[in-house]
Amino acid sequence: MNIIVCMKQVIDLEQIRIKPNTREPVIEGLPLLFGDFEKCALEEAIRIKEVHGGKVTALAVGSPKLRDTIKEALAMGADEAIILIDPIFQDSDAMGSARVLARTIEKVGEYDLILLGDSSADEYSGEIPPRIAELLNLPQVGFVREIEVVADNDQMSEPKKIRVARDMEDSLEVIEVDLPAVIGVTSELNTPRLAPLSAILKASRKPMHEWRSDDIGVTAEEVGARASVVEMLSNLAPIQDRKGIIYQDVEEGVIEVIKALQQEGVLTQ
Amino acid sequence: MSGILIYSELEEAALGLLTKGRELATKLGKPLSVALLGNEAADQADIYFAHGATQAYVGDDPNLTHFQARIYAAALAQMVTQAQADIVLIGSTRRGRELAPRLAQKFSAGCVTDAIGLSVQDQRLVIERRALGGNTVSAKVITSQHQVIAVMPKLYDAEPEAASAGEVIPVSLELEPPATKLIERRSKEAGVVNLEEAEVLVCVGRGLANKDDLSLIQTLADSLGGMVGCTRPISHEYHWLAEDQMVGLSGKEPSPHLYLAIGISGQIQHTVGIMDAKVIVAINNDTNAPIFKIADYGIVGDLYQVVPKLIERLQQELGR
Repeated sequence: MNIIVCMKQVIDLEQIRIKPNTREPVIEGLPLLFGDFEKCALEEAIRIKEVHGGKVTALAVGSPKLRDTIKEALAMGADEAIILIDPIFQDSDAMGSARVLARTIEKVGEYDLILLGDSSADEYSGEIPPRIAELLNLPQVGFVREIEVVADNDQMSEPKKIRVARDMEDSLEVIEVDLPAVIGVTSELNTPRLAPLSAILKASRKPMHEWRSDDIGVTAEEVGARASVVEMLSNLAPIQDRKGIIYQDVEEGVIEVIKALQQEGVLTQ
Repeated sequence: MSGILIYSELEEAALGLLTKGRELATKLGKPLSVALLGNEAADQADIYFAHGATQAYVGDDPNLTHFQARIYAAALAQMVTQAQADIVLIGSTRRGRELAPRLAQKFSAGCVTDAIGLSVQDQRLVIERRALGGNTVSAKVITSQHQVIAVMPKLYDAEPEAASAGEVIPVSLELEPPATKLIERRSKEAGVVNLEEAEVLVCVGRGLANKDDLSLIQTLADSLGGMVGCTRPISHEYHWLAEDQMVGLSGKEPSPHLYLAIGISGQIQHTVGIMDAKVIVAINNDTNAPIFKIADYGIVGDLYQVVPKLIERLQQELGR
């Protein structure tokens, strides 16, 4: 089974600082990493390949730092990586990014399954899987926490099939999906492996292709800042209006906090 | 071409969106309608008219058996076209989150999911949503001809209008069969508690050393008449509590009167879920823990010392 895994490098969210006077986030220069959902998607692809054979291709669009970030995907076990780096792609909205990814997937051509994180850690918008699925006219299933390969026989005329369990608000839905399909996964799916040092060293020997807009036939009319249809007016930390009364002494703290909560009227009688 | 179309498979969410939609429709000078999919949809139209819809576009098709975003997006797109709607508001349930971007892509339109605020400024619809893992709130406008916005399902309460009637418009749908089959729907283990109803919520994080010590936290919650929740590691890594007790991004976002953070450092992925709490109390042994920055009251100390003292004092004060 040939699996394409789309991955996004995101800034380390733990390290974001907020400018106290303007409430603006400081994100310049922060390290870029793959999020947990991305790694779970890749881990699952590798596990499926280990049982059923085939090939795992990791795909990512982003800044030149991807040349380093992508090595982790290769070290974990992707057979091949394609990274998409081009100034034209910069400041794409979700539609622009989905177009780049979909066009790349079309160029790769042979695939049975497209796996990706259901949402990215930074924006958590969940837009990319449905948009890619629409662009490729494929079925999509999101919030997937279990994947089982049901039919994987190239000789049979029946389609390859997987069975997934997905997390809904109040139930788990078990769904059988004819492949190819786009599957968005959550971090309950598995625990991604840590790449051993030897694999990290060997990662740079695996095939890694760097493609630009020309390679996949997209123009600045379709992607990037000019094609963006979502305009950001502002992006600020919410105003926090908290009292911030902190007690360093436990005895005093216990007495005073309970007294304060009684005055606030939040202790149910 | 102009109009606002509302859709959610969750009636409560659709009615809340209609209630807010009335205000937006007046300000933007657009008609307000609702899309209803599935059998006997027309019979249910009255409640949507009572909440402000002037038209109900109704359609059914054998291919709408179980939810598959590809098929539902195709159905909704046909309704958007017939209604000549340019703004589509969808309940940001899990299904809604899958549906909205796919519908948007059909019209090469911009989309915003998980909206937490809608307002009209300079005749433009301004949408707020969280960004950067919950660190910020961004305000956005969509500049494409169509706009698809998935709005948090409980953001707006449903309020009926005094009196209103509307028109039922049948839409004959043309849909492909889905490439998916629903095998079974397993109900989740009945949630012990529904945190979103908690007036007092005690949450525990990595500061707790052992699973057995949860009894201490439960005792504290009991003496406050509250419920117990947790951060992601406790439910999803250690499995000490059920997954539906996780508070934060991708978990529950309750708004209790009182929230106590016990042994929680205060990473944004968790705290974004309790920003609406009226009063926040933090207990942590690290005086520099970020949780203290968002707390109304805090006690710096070992939770194993502080919590028993709190329980004792509460039992004296409240008699339980």
